[in-house]
Amino acid sequence: MSRRTTGLAIEAEGLTRSFGETRALAGIDLQVPAGAVYGLLGPNGAGKTTAVRVLATLLRPDGGRARVFGHDVVGEADAVRARVSLTGQYASVDEDLTGAENLVLLGRLLGLRKPAARERAEQLLAAFGLTEAAGRQVKKYSGGMRRRVDIAASILNTPDLLFLDEPTTGLDPRSRNQVWEIVRAVVAHGTTVLLTTQYLDEADKLASRIAVVDHGRVIAEGTPGELKSSVGSGSVHLRLRDPEQRPEAERVLRAALGVSVQLEADPVAITARVGGDGSDLDASAQAAQALGELSRAGIVVDDFSLGQPSLDEVFLALTDHPAVPAEAERDDELEAAR
Amino acid sequence: MSSDTATSADRAPTVYVPSSEALATVLAPGARPPRPSPLSASLTFSWRALLKIKHVPEQLFDVTAFPIIMVLMFTYLFGGALAGNPRDYLQFFLPGIMVTSVVMITMYTGVGLNTDIEKGVFDRFRTLPVWRPAALVGMIVGDVLRYVLAAVVILTVGLVLGFRPDGGLLGVLAGIGLLVVFSFAFSWVWTFFGLVLRSEKSVMGVSMMVLFPLTFLSNVFVNPSTMPGWLQAFVNANPITHLVSSVRAAMAGTSDASSMMWTMAWSVVFVVVFGTLTMYRYNRR
Repeated sequence: MSRRTTGLAIEAEGLTRSFGETRALAGIDLQVPAGAVYGLLGPNGAGKTTAVRVLATLLRPDGGRARVFGHDVVGEADAVRARVSLTGQYASVDEDLTGAENLVLLGRLLGLRKPAARERAEQLLAAFGLTEAAGRQVKKYSGGMRRRVDIAASILNTPDLLFLDEPTTGLDPRSRNQVWEIVRAVVAHGTTVLLTTQYLDEADKLASRIAVVDHGRVIAEGTPGELKSSVGSGSVHLRLRDPEQRPEAERVLRAALGVSVQLEADPVAITARVGGDGSDLDASAQAAQALGELSRAGIVVDDFSLGQPSLDEVFLALTDHPAVPAEAERDDELEAAR
Repeated sequence: MSSDTATSADRAPTVYVPSSEALATVLAPGARPPRPSPLSASLTFSWRALLKIKHVPEQLFDVTAFPIIMVLMFTYLFGGALAGNPRDYLQFFLPGIMVTSVVMITMYTGVGLNTDIEKGVFDRFRTLPVWRPAALVGMIVGDVLRYVLAAVVILTVGLVLGFRPDGGLLGVLAGIGLLVVFSFAFSWVWTFFGLVLRSEKSVMGVSMMVLFPLTFLSNVFVNPSTMPGWLQAFVNANPITHLVSSVRAAMAGTSDASSMMWTMAWSVVFVVVFGTLTMYRYNRR
């Protein structure tokens, strides 16, 4: 059944790494408990990929140290490699080969004999809905299929720790949901997953703990709930039936909530911040109260949604600057690593 | 969950619904197989090189069309002027142009490695718990097949044009064998540059800068005795000169012990020096 691992999967202290002038990691500390999804959340260029590459033994840190299941990533790299696998941000399978060939190749490299490698490849392709595509070159796959074969390759030898570097970036919503389901299944099995993402909702849905990374440092760490409550606010988005009523709606909302209200470019749209420090009520209660006031004032609301704080808002709250991407991290890294 | 397998009649996007039961089955860990031996890992990587040839056969253009052009071009360009007629020249020239073509093809090892790294697939290879040089050794072993193919193509063209090796089949095989051993060793120069340089283009650029003088400033095209002294000094030290002399001797049915020794010595030096540098870079990235 499940292979449970307890304790810490990753312990990192003060990891640093520079590429020329660019300081990709400026002293990262991480404590990742085993058996769950841990999210590294941050904008492009925050250092997430570099951190993953150091922890997966692909890159040596300039300073600091990191252990994966107690093994040092530099001194005992081979012991680490025996327990992890990586699905990188870019295809980590051979695009010229077919899906089946890729999996057989990796099975052989992991020590399976040819018939066993073939059998394993077939099982994985079936479970990942790729049987039909098994004989096609990976470069002819859709984005979602490519991700799936990539993850299938990573669990060939069911690792204790799986690195997923931005697994859903660039995927359509359905493919994203598929990847989420797969991640949940992998974790339910007992594998620890370190997931990097730019999307708060993704980290929120999958991760049991999140570290927010910015400029090569962890600037906040905790459960998704802790992080969101530290930010404290969300937004209510409203669309009115009658644009004429918008000034009235603005006045009502401001009076009811005591918060700033923003008029959108769309003449019927209006946005209000809720759940901030100024109120004892949580965001949903405030939103309900606002809706009540609007209906009492005879204002017809066609569409209503309560949004979580966006990554931008989390960043604004944590750093006083929005989540602007630093220069493309991977490019710097590739150049500097040569 | 409706189904755990994809259903599609044609190539339309398949609707895949991940099934936690199906995934749980494939996740159930069997006993981990033992780590493959260095030889087995290297052979698996060379299998990958063969699969790439199968899927992208255009890459064989370099090892077929290019050598044919080289033989035809130089035989008829220089033959009359240098040896009275192309046929006599070919008798002298064929082993040399075979060496030149194959040694030039070795640079694609570096280009291929650079492309692989750019695409990210080496990230996965480098996180596997296998013998570290296996990925590179396997790649070069795959390339050796291309070298053999190029040599055979050139030999065939030569035979058609009138090349008659006095060493017979054994001599020819010995000559090709020497060439392949040297090319395997020399490929490690390019794996190093493939790892150090930033782009495919710069790997090509550096390769050309090294290969042109190395192959032309040798005894491939003419006898070095008419060259100025300083150039003779370079030509006589050039590993390509030693290789060409020993391949020529083998194909002519004689043997040139000193050239052969030098060829082997250079091969060992290339593997030891550039193999080590390559692995150092490969591990340090």
